Amino acid sequence: MRLFRVLTMLLALSAVPAIAADQPQPPKEFVPVDEVPPGEQIPAINLVAAAYGFVWIALLGYVWSIARRLKTVEAELADLESRRR
Amino acid sequence: MRKLTIPFIGLSAGMFLVAPWIINAAPYESTMGLVQKVFYFHFPAAILYMTAAVVCGVNSARVLFWKNKNADAWAVAAAELGFLFGALTLVTGPLWARKAWGVWWVWDVRLTTSLVLWMIFGAYMLLRQYGGPGSDRLAAGMALFGMANVPFIYFSVNVWRTLHPMTSVVPTLPTEFGIPLWFCFAAFAMLFTALLHLRATLEHQRLRVEELYLAEDEA
Repeated sequence: MRLFRVLTMLLALSAVPAIAADQPQPPKEFVPVDEVPPGEQIPAINLVAAAYGFVWIALLGYVWSIARRLKTVEAELADLESRRR
Repeated sequence: MRKLTIPFIGLSAGMFLVAPWIINAAPYESTMGLVQKVFYFHFPAAILYMTAAVVCGVNSARVLFWKNKNADAWAVAAAELGFLFGALTLVTGPLWARKAWGVWWVWDVRLTTSLVLWMIFGAYMLLRQYGGPGSDRLAAGMALFGMANVPFIYFSVNVWRTLHPMTSVVPTLPTEFGIPLWFCFAAFAMLFTALLHLRATLEHQRLRVEELYLAEDEA
């Protein structure tokens, strides 16, 4: 489990540069959307939906993770304190 | 304080639900069109990403130089939130850039320093989790480097030539773009504050559990 978590985090840390290194040369200046070659065009709605979807899923996942961890540690704390009395 | 946290999360959740309608009502930016709407989530996430680095750095300094143990929980909480908000920034940014610039990523100063900060947060968390005794102080030192990176991220677009918009864009936004932006910023900021407090509470309770186990072992 620990090895899996380390590997997941290392993969996440290395994913962005790995993807980024494979990019074509950037344009020297801003290229208007309608001048990008048709083959390279991605519908804006897909990108916007992906961005908003990722934010919502990541935030919901984190709130769930915090709630779960808090519940576990509070139960453990209550158990330990009751054993002390 | 805990009583305030849950309403804060509820209110920000409500604002996140309303946000698509407010963003949809905002006009389209003339050159970028629909994809510019990523900005309403990208900007707040990026600002809070840098805020997390400052909170983590300041509390790490309190740990290192003033031996304040309470500050360590806040530093850990800020580092975890920094990693989360960094991921939001580094994912939404390239999704916007792909349409606006024609590429997912460019190695300019703003983007590269943002990525470096995210890696610092990742390293901080790995160190805290698996570093063993003394790793808290080593991680605190690393957090200071993370905080020192923030001015480079923020001002880089004004100093070096870059495709990324300059810092003057937000203060000069027309009202019809500003309203959805600051609405989303308020939602993100409330959620950030509530999560920071919850995560610090979790860390305090985790430390208390460790103390109780140690006391049991000694008894």
